[in-house]
Amino acid sequence: MSEQHSTPATEIEQRAALWVQQKHFWVWTAENQTALDGWLAQSPAHRVAYIRLDAALRRSNRLAALNAPRKTFVPEPRFRPFVSKMVAAFALVALIGGAITYLDPGPKVSTYSTQIGGRQTIALADGTHIEMNTNTRLRVALSKTERKVWLEKGEAYFQVAHNAKRPFTVFAGDSRVVDLGTKFLLRHEPGRLEVDLLEGQVEIAKQKDTGARATVLNPGDTAIVTAAAVSVKHKTPREIVEKLGWRRGVVTFDRTTLADAVAEFNRYNRHQLIITDPATARITIGGTFDVSNVETFIDIARQDFGLHTESRPDATVISK
Amino acid sequence: MTGNHEFGTEGSHAPHVASMTAPEVDEWFAREVLPLETALIQFLHRNWRNASDIADLRQDVYVQVYEAALKDIPASPRQFVFTTARNLLINRVRREQIVSIEAVADLDLLEIAEETPAPDRVVIARDELLQLQVALDRLPARHREIFLLAQIEGLAGRQIAARLGLAESTVSLHLAKATRLIADSLYGTPKDLRRGA
Repeated sequence: MSEQHSTPATEIEQRAALWVQQKHFWVWTAENQTALDGWLAQSPAHRVAYIRLDAALRRSNRLAALNAPRKTFVPEPRFRPFVSKMVAAFALVALIGGAITYLDPGPKVSTYSTQIGGRQTIALADGTHIEMNTNTRLRVALSKTERKVWLEKGEAYFQVAHNAKRPFTVFAGDSRVVDLGTKFLLRHEPGRLEVDLLEGQVEIAKQKDTGARATVLNPGDTAIVTAAAVSVKHKTPREIVEKLGWRRGVVTFDRTTLADAVAEFNRYNRHQLIITDPATARITIGGTFDVSNVETFIDIARQDFGLHTESRPDATVISK
Repeated sequence: MTGNHEFGTEGSHAPHVASMTAPEVDEWFAREVLPLETALIQFLHRNWRNASDIADLRQDVYVQVYEAALKDIPASPRQFVFTTARNLLINRVRREQIVSIEAVADLDLLEIAEETPAPDRVVIARDELLQLQVALDRLPARHREIFLLAQIEGLAGRQIAARLGLAESTVSLHLAKATRLIADSLYGTPKDLRRGA
C-alpha cells in the first residue's frame, strides 16, 4: 500500500496518525495535548482526519476486548511460512509455543448479564462472589495465573477471594482495578467509572501505560474515574451501606434531588420517570424505597409534594 | 448519591437538543458518518475518473459535513453525506472547467446512496469482528506484530521498542501506519479499490 501520490489529504492523514498513536500508546503530557489541540484547531481537515483514525483505533480496541479469548487474533500468517520450513514434529512444538504466547493459556470466558430490574450473584470457582445489579453485563476469564473480569456496563459488588499469586483484575472502560484483597463496588457508565472500597485495598490504573501513577484506595474511599481525571473522596460507613442497598432491593435517598432520585429509579425499571421542569428537578427528598416500586414513588410525588403526574404506557411525567 | 449527577441533569432537561458541543459532534461523526465510508468511496470512484483525487475528495466531504454538523446535526446523515459529495463533485467540475460534465450530470446520485440499506446495527457487531480480523490479516507482518502488542497485549510504545529492540520512532511510524490501514479496512476503502494491498 504505497502512496504513489502524496496529496494534501494523505499528508494530513499521516500527521493525524502520528498524533493518534502517540496519544494512545505513549506517555501523553499536558504539553502534548496543548500541541495536539493547536494542530486540530488549525483546520477542520486536521480534525476529521484525527477523529477518523482515533475512532478506528478505539473500535479495534473495543473489538479486541470483546473477543477476549484472543484466539481469533493469533496472527497465523506469521507462523505459516515459518512452519512450512520445519519438520513436522518440530513444527508442532513451535506452534504450541506460539499459541501459548498468544493465547495466554486460553481461559474460558463466561458472560453474565442481568436485565433492567434484575439482580444476580455469581459464585466463581476461586471462591469469589460477584453480585450484579440491574442492567449489568460482565465477562469472566479465570486461568491458573490470573483472574480477569470485564465490567462492560452496570454495577457489581465484588467479594474477592484474595490470592497474590493469581491476581484479580477488573477492566472497565479504559481503566483497570486490581484487587489487593478486597470487597469493592464498581459502577460503570459510559465515560465514567465509580469504585467504592469496603475492605482491603485496590489499585486503579489506566489499561494503557500513560505514565500516570496508579491510584490506591483504602476502605471507605470512593473514586470517580473519567477520561480526564481520577478523584477520590472518603465516605462514611453509612453512606457506603446505603450505596449497597440494591443488594437488598432498596435504594436510599438522603437530601437527594428529584432528578437524581428519578435517574436512580430509571435504572431499575422499564417504566421511566421523566421530569420536565428544572424547579421540580431541584426538589430534594429522603427515605428508603423498594427499587421496583415506582408507584409508591409516584404517589409520594403527587400527594406529599403536590406535583402533577401524567401516566403514559411507558413513562410517567412529573411536573409542577 | 453523588454518583447520579450526570443522570440528574440529563433527566431535568427537555429531550430536544438544538446544537451539540464539539466533542458531541466528534462522537456523532464517528458513529454516523464514518460507517458510510465504504459507500462514499465507492460513490466517489464511480463518479470521478481520477483515482488519485479520491483521498482529497473524501477529506473535503468530511470537512463540509463536520462543519455543517457543528451548526446543526443533519437529520439523515446518509442523505447529507451523499448530497454533500454530489455537490462537491459538481462544484469541482465547474471550477476546474472540465468540459465533459457528463461525469456527474446524468447520475441519480441520491438513488445510489439509498440503494444500500442502512446496515442493521445488531449485525454490525459480529461483522466488525470479521472486519477487524481481515484488517489485521492485511497488515504487513511487522506492523501487525507491533499493532497487536500495543492494542491486544496493551503494551506501551516504549515497552514495544524495548522488547523488539527497535527505535521508538520506528515503533511510532509502524503504529501510525497500522492505524491508517486499520481505519481503511474498518471504514472504507472497498476491497477491489484498495491500492495494491
